[in-house]
Amino acid sequence: MTEHKLSLQDIILTLQQYWAKQGANLMQAYDNEVGAGTQSPYTFLRANGPEPWNAAYVQPSRRPADGRYGDNPNRLFQHHQFQVVMKPSPANIQELYLGSLEALGIKPLEHDIRFVEDNWENPSMGAAGIGWEVWLDGMEVTQFTYFQQVGGIEVDSVTAEVTYGLERLASYIQDVPTVYDLEWGNGVLYGDIFKEPEYEHSKYAFEESNQAVLLRHFDEFEAEATHLLELGLVHPAYDYILKSSHTFNLLDARGTVSVTERAGYLHRIRTMARRVSKVFIQARADLGFPLLKDIELRDKYLGENGKYAKQEGK
Amino acid sequence: MSTFLLEIGLEEMPAHLVTSSEAQLIERATTFLAEHRLSVSEIKPFSTPRRLAVQLIDVALESEALSEEKRGPAINRAKDDHGAWSKAAQGFARGQGATPEDFEEREGYVWLTKHTPGEAAATILSKIGDEVVSQMKFTTYMKWANNSFLYVRPIRWLVALLDETIVDFSILEVSTGRFTRGHRFLSHEHVEITHADRYVDTLKAAHVLVDADVRKSEIRAQLEAIATKNHWLLQLDADAAQDLLEEVNNIVEWPTAFSGSFDEKYLDVPDEVLMTSMREHQRFFYVTDQSGILLPYFLSVRNGNTENLSNVIAGNEKVLVARLEDAEFFYHEDQQKTIADSMLKVRKLVFHEKIGTVYEHMQRVGKLAAALAIKLNFDDSKKADLSRAAEIYKFDLMTGMVGEFDELQGVMGEHYAKLFGETPAVAVAIKEHYMPTSAHGEVATTDVGAVLAIADKLDTIVTFFSANLMPTGSNDPYGLRRAATGIVRTLENKQWHVALTPLLNSFVANSGEATQDADLTAVLSFIFDRVRKMALDNGVRQDLVSAGTAPVGSTDVVYIADRTQTLAKHADDVNFREVIESLTRVSRLAVKQVSQDTIDETLFENEAERELFVASKSIDLLDLEDQGGEAVYRSLAALQMPIAKYFDETMVNVDNQEIKNNRYAQLNLIHRLIVGLGDLAHIVIK
Repeated sequence: MTEHKLSLQDIILTLQQYWAKQGANLMQAYDNEVGAGTQSPYTFLRANGPEPWNAAYVQPSRRPADGRYGDNPNRLFQHHQFQVVMKPSPANIQELYLGSLEALGIKPLEHDIRFVEDNWENPSMGAAGIGWEVWLDGMEVTQFTYFQQVGGIEVDSVTAEVTYGLERLASYIQDVPTVYDLEWGNGVLYGDIFKEPEYEHSKYAFEESNQAVLLRHFDEFEAEATHLLELGLVHPAYDYILKSSHTFNLLDARGTVSVTERAGYLHRIRTMARRVSKVFIQARADLGFPLLKDIELRDKYLGENGKYAKQEGK
Repeated sequence: MSTFLLEIGLEEMPAHLVTSSEAQLIERATTFLAEHRLSVSEIKPFSTPRRLAVQLIDVALESEALSEEKRGPAINRAKDDHGAWSKAAQGFARGQGATPEDFEEREGYVWLTKHTPGEAAATILSKIGDEVVSQMKFTTYMKWANNSFLYVRPIRWLVALLDETIVDFSILEVSTGRFTRGHRFLSHEHVEITHADRYVDTLKAAHVLVDADVRKSEIRAQLEAIATKNHWLLQLDADAAQDLLEEVNNIVEWPTAFSGSFDEKYLDVPDEVLMTSMREHQRFFYVTDQSGILLPYFLSVRNGNTENLSNVIAGNEKVLVARLEDAEFFYHEDQQKTIADSMLKVRKLVFHEKIGTVYEHMQRVGKLAAALAIKLNFDDSKKADLSRAAEIYKFDLMTGMVGEFDELQGVMGEHYAKLFGETPAVAVAIKEHYMPTSAHGEVATTDVGAVLAIADKLDTIVTFFSANLMPTGSNDPYGLRRAATGIVRTLENKQWHVALTPLLNSFVANSGEATQDADLTAVLSFIFDRVRKMALDNGVRQDLVSAGTAPVGSTDVVYIADRTQTLAKHADDVNFREVIESLTRVSRLAVKQVSQDTIDETLFENEAERELFVASKSIDLLDLEDQGGEAVYRSLAALQMPIAKYFDETMVNVDNQEIKNNRYAQLNLIHRLIVGLGDLAHIVIK
């Protein structure tokens, strides 16, 4: 282990620098409640269509049902993911990932690093991928996925997604017993910042949330998203889909959604996710896929017989 | 003679696909060589998580030349009146890529000999990419980058060497070469293989044990050495340990075994929980003392060498402790609640969206189990245990432990039920109702557990059929075939004779909406299919299986299986042919004029009729079925002589309507006995 243990913010800074150097654009955390970095439009929307896209960002991720009132050493209402997406997936993506561990001072020869099969699926977003969880001395520290389907649509160009669980990685690097003992930076602990919010959000999600309000919100957010999709306003529509999804998660945490109703809600979210993917691809196609520079691929997708060639009379 | 090496370099494959993919590669390579008539003396397989490879030993310089003779038209048709080649002859030559000048005239025909010369080994082997590598089939596929080509994981490098020479081909953007990749961390990505013969040694120097069998033996030896040194008992031959060893073997290229420990206080948690945490979640091997008591140590295997092993051990111990900490927490938390608390939550648990809740499922199962208990003459204490078990047997699904470790369903139910003061019979039944958990897994052995297991599976099949959720093709998402096999195997093991039709009829009549649309004929035939499959797996002839398991007569599957075996047992008897022919002759006639009439002895016209009547009258099929298939077969076989005599002396279709009807009534009576053996018309008499 390194002599000076990296603080959580050192870890973030190191990963940002590293991936920026590998060609990823540093985005900022998305300003809407999401359950995972995948739900950020910088992953979910951009994974569709043929355009290249390389990005890295920290995403605070809210999972109301995982809240433990700040009592559990590992489980959190909100954790932080460091998300990297590279599309099309580079041939050396595994080596790039291992390089990032080295940058964090984790020398492979001093540990046991394994790629263990773990295929990822998020049915409510119609997303599925093939990949691994990465084990560092037996601890899962990263989820590694090649997206195959997003929004129920088979992808044109495969995105490689690397998701680091920052708290887990930091727990490993700093070797502390609970996540609250992690040093965020400058001597300030994770617990100093997040212990109360964890308690309060857990209290809210499990005991105090107003069912009627949440149920009404879900319906309203869904109606708004549907309306915006009809207008082709992709990004605001997507925001309302995210809001619906988070509202459902709050309802689910409260434990009043029966399994049957659960399936119904998930189906409603999935329907919207499928539509937004379609509308997004169409919107990008109408713009002529500006990020797609490769001549052959442009021809493949936009040429006369291309998959996204302009239809007659349109 | 040369050696050829093919290596497919991949990103880490799923562990469970490595061994089967290696076998498939060998099979495809064998077919490829046969098709191209290229001889080799041996095909050696290799695999690791990152590579599939074959080495072909003593490859011939070129493929065998082929000389095939083809017969053309007869000479008189091959030539016209002037002796010139006819159109037919010219067409034949053209079809074979030859000219009539090449014809040979022999035995009244024209002949062509087609020579295919041998082809150089290197030329043939350059096709192995298209014809073998690209053709591999997997159970999971993915695409990568901008390609649409699907494979198990991305192909990152290819090695194809004929001795020292690269055999050129490429797949997507990857071209063959002589460079392989060594161990991810102990070696590097540019390891040169100078000669195809040196594959194993080159990789060994690069810290990859590429022969899967060698690697497995190495892991085994290392694990056993540590266990022996510490006087631990490590049982590697149990099924679960074998599976784990196989998996571990396929996630490492350079294995180094190590041991770790955990605090003794966690030993208070049930063994099954500790074993599951270690085996399923961390891929650790657990150890016991010599008397079989679980110890607070574990064994695991690193993909690397012994350097800095202490980091690896410390990390793995920390992860295990976090899991055990959770398990301990749930174990204590769960004991603060009662079974009744959990059952309240089960009321909300959905069995299947289209069917209803688990609670409703349990209530139906309770009634069905009670009906079975009556048929099986259970005494009051067993009935009481069964009724209690049926009331609570899914409660553990709502405990924290099963929520976290779902593979422990049933196991924790049994454990907690005992803690909560349920009788041992109730506790065991909770575990046993899931059994058998695989096609050849153990079946429930206690009476209460077996009835609960059967009732639970029957309700599942009937309600899923009612909701139109039957398995299709190889797709059986709800495991209904396994459930049906489980029912048959449990009944057989217990030798419980239960007629399914009346049982299911009254079950459906009393179970409301969830079962009302079930087609019971389809349900029965679904269950009979399993009996059929099991008989075939036991090596019984197809036609005898069809006869024995035909949906006629009894619906007691134990008897159905028994009569099928009986037919198989007698199929080689000297008189089997005569017996079956006599019986089927009766049946064939009987179905022409179905009759339930009573037989009027005064209408008999000859002694043969009377003898057959006397012989058949004494047969009580139900009583014989209770004795088993053998008794039924013997009784029916005894009718062979009377039947033969009957047909010698008796004309069935006579003008006198009364006599004719009486004879059909007689044949039908015997036919109804014959179906006790199945539908004998299926039997192929040799």
